[in-house]
Amino acid sequence: MIRTCQELQALQNSLLNQRDPNKQYVRVCVGTGCRARGSLDVLETFKEEIRKQSLEIKVESKQTGCHGFCERGPVVVIGPKEIFYQQVKATDVNEIVSKTLLNGEFVDRLLYQDSTTGQKVQHEHEVPFYKMQTRRILANNGRIDPTNILDYIAVGGYQALAKAISNMSQEEIINAVEKSGLRGLGGGGFPTGRKWRTCREASGDIKFVIGNGDEGDPGAFSDRSLMEANPHSILEGMIIGAYAIGANQGFLYVRAEYPLALKHLQIAIDQAKEYGFLGKNILNYGFDFDIKIVRGGGAFVCGESSALVASIEGRMGEPRAKYIHTVERGLWNKPTNLNNVKTWACIPLIVNNGADWYAKTGTGKSKGTAVFSLVGKVNNTGLIEVPMGTPLKQIIYDVGGGVPEGKKIKAVQTGGPSGGCIPEELLDLPVDFDKLTEAGSMMGSGGMIVMDENTCMVDVARYFLDFLQYESCGKCVPCREGIKRMLEILTGITEGRGRGEDLGLLQELAEMIKDFSLCGLGQTSPNTVLSTLRYFGEEYQAHVKEKRCPAGVCRSLIEYTILEDKCTGCGACLKLCPQQAIQGEQKKLHVIDPTKCIRCGICRDSCPFIAITVR
Amino acid sequence: MDAEQKSVELNLEYGKIDAIIGSYSGEKSALIAILQEIENLYGYLPTWALKYVSKKLEIPMIQVYGVASFYDAFHLTPRGKHLIRVCLGTACYLRGSSRVLEAIENELGIKDGETTGNLKFTIQSVRCLGACALAPVMVIGESYFDKMTPTRAGKVLKQIQGKKEDD
Repeated sequence: MIRTCQELQALQNSLLNQRDPNKQYVRVCVGTGCRARGSLDVLETFKEEIRKQSLEIKVESKQTGCHGFCERGPVVVIGPKEIFYQQVKATDVNEIVSKTLLNGEFVDRLLYQDSTTGQKVQHEHEVPFYKMQTRRILANNGRIDPTNILDYIAVGGYQALAKAISNMSQEEIINAVEKSGLRGLGGGGFPTGRKWRTCREASGDIKFVIGNGDEGDPGAFSDRSLMEANPHSILEGMIIGAYAIGANQGFLYVRAEYPLALKHLQIAIDQAKEYGFLGKNILNYGFDFDIKIVRGGGAFVCGESSALVASIEGRMGEPRAKYIHTVERGLWNKPTNLNNVKTWACIPLIVNNGADWYAKTGTGKSKGTAVFSLVGKVNNTGLIEVPMGTPLKQIIYDVGGGVPEGKKIKAVQTGGPSGGCIPEELLDLPVDFDKLTEAGSMMGSGGMIVMDENTCMVDVARYFLDFLQYESCGKCVPCREGIKRMLEILTGITEGRGRGEDLGLLQELAEMIKDFSLCGLGQTSPNTVLSTLRYFGEEYQAHVKEKRCPAGVCRSLIEYTILEDKCTGCGACLKLCPQQAIQGEQKKLHVIDPTKCIRCGICRDSCPFIAITVR
Repeated sequence: MDAEQKSVELNLEYGKIDAIIGSYSGEKSALIAILQEIENLYGYLPTWALKYVSKKLEIPMIQVYGVASFYDAFHLTPRGKHLIRVCLGTACYLRGSSRVLEAIENELGIKDGETTGNLKFTIQSVRCLGACALAPVMVIGESYFDKMTPTRAGKVLKQIQGKKEDD
């Protein structure tokens, strides 16, 4: 139990004294991505091998959260030199122990190879994926064991809380957050300091703070990674915020699809209670605060503040009209301050380093860093953090390593279903809240999806509408009915039933939904349609007028054919075709019967000679 | 089974639900959490359980049913022993996960969201598991299968079907 700020300082000092900076360590990423590829086995094997060889005193092995480079998982870092091994299997462990830990040699085949120079990279910070990033929110992600509060305290954890509660008035904390220019990282980009002030000034004795970890955007996993890897940073931010606002109870609303995040957050809350950072009379300053986890029910709309509040109250997650904001009347009609978990994690950084330090990075009205999950048709899928204002091109090529198979990039989608598609011509766009909005997209909760020439933008728009019509809560007519009608029109277009007047009708419907939907999610729902109509009009025209899908995606508009000069008659496709639509004798040209073909594409996947094409 | 035995068994089940409600001190706002635990217990939300919760928490059945049918985490019909989740998140979709889903639907002869007659398999598409580096990703039970193609998905499924027929 830590009772005072002095005790916290003493604990950190003693932890640092105990730790030998030259001691060897093995850090194994056990985030969802690496775990799915067997990193728990790798960690267990390391522990066993270290025990067998009696190296426990010399080497410390531990689990860490997501390092971000999920594409290359499981990721293992060997310290103190931070040697970076990728795609490690349990069978590699023996060699790593004998070569690297005992003899200081590298295991060459596990090192990352720079795709442009062909050179092997030995250390984590030299890998281009990391080199181009500015990691603040994610800084400790791969360094600490998320299930051990002492690890967090050793890297300076809860010092910001100590500083805020002992040295700063509530007014000073809110001033600092305002001055830092921090804006909501959940998507909306509302100035955090202003939100806090409104909530603090709202009348009422009982107030609440909420951490939003209901990351519903498909293709975004930054909140998950942070909750899994550094849960205490979120808690610390919430405690400071609650102190400044005057709340004594907090809630963390987390997606049920994130079991590991839920587990790590619960462990963190229990430990924070045990150490006295949560509970009664925190650090002896007379401030009481507690946090409860609420498991989401799997509804996208619950990312919206008033729907989330309804869900915590045990009701259907339907948003309400916001004549009165949740900061004034939210949970159980009490003033409630809701921020995304990444926003909360920025607070300790601002308190520790000062508002000026935070505001030094970024652009005019978007300060600090932006976290994205870089996914889709990109070489280095993973979690990244870059200064606000970094051009899209730099993110995709320098951090993301470009598009696989040398294909051409077509568009970048940000902001999930609320965002839009930015075409290749605009890749020099600096990424910040306002620039993305100007381009017809938005920051959203941090998904950045790269699309290549084989992506059909009409189909992408249809995909997001399909998602949205399923997730629409159904309370207001524009969203419930409007999205459905737009989806019908788009489905028609992708199935070759497009009519000349459809595009105008889509535009009209989209603008109606934008203007008249009840909540933010409804109002932003037509963004993908609007942005694709704006930038990819030709592709729509090809579908409607020529009944042609230039990207070769829309099934009703394409045909699979076998290339005469490439087919060897091996019969691989013939065996796998579920429709028996392929005919041909062995070692002779095979032919696809278009009347039987359902365009499932299994033949193309199976062809070892790339002899099957789409027209 | 005679009526008396049936009522004894139902009382046993009511007891389990009483325990769950009790662990939340009968709080009305804990409705979702209580339903989540019941779903964990039975794999779905039986109608009798919803009615019982409605009575105990003094929340009208229409509201309990509303919540149970609103959230994706709840199911009103029994589900298969093996839950097959195919991710249709954007990253997976772009890399062809809808074709993976289709292959599994064909293999099992049921559609997305349905359960096989023998209660062995349920197919459930999900919108993003947050494991985009594994795209297209499929999860059966707790096991993740990455970089799926229709052909690979079919093979994985056949393996599981083969194994399960043994037990």
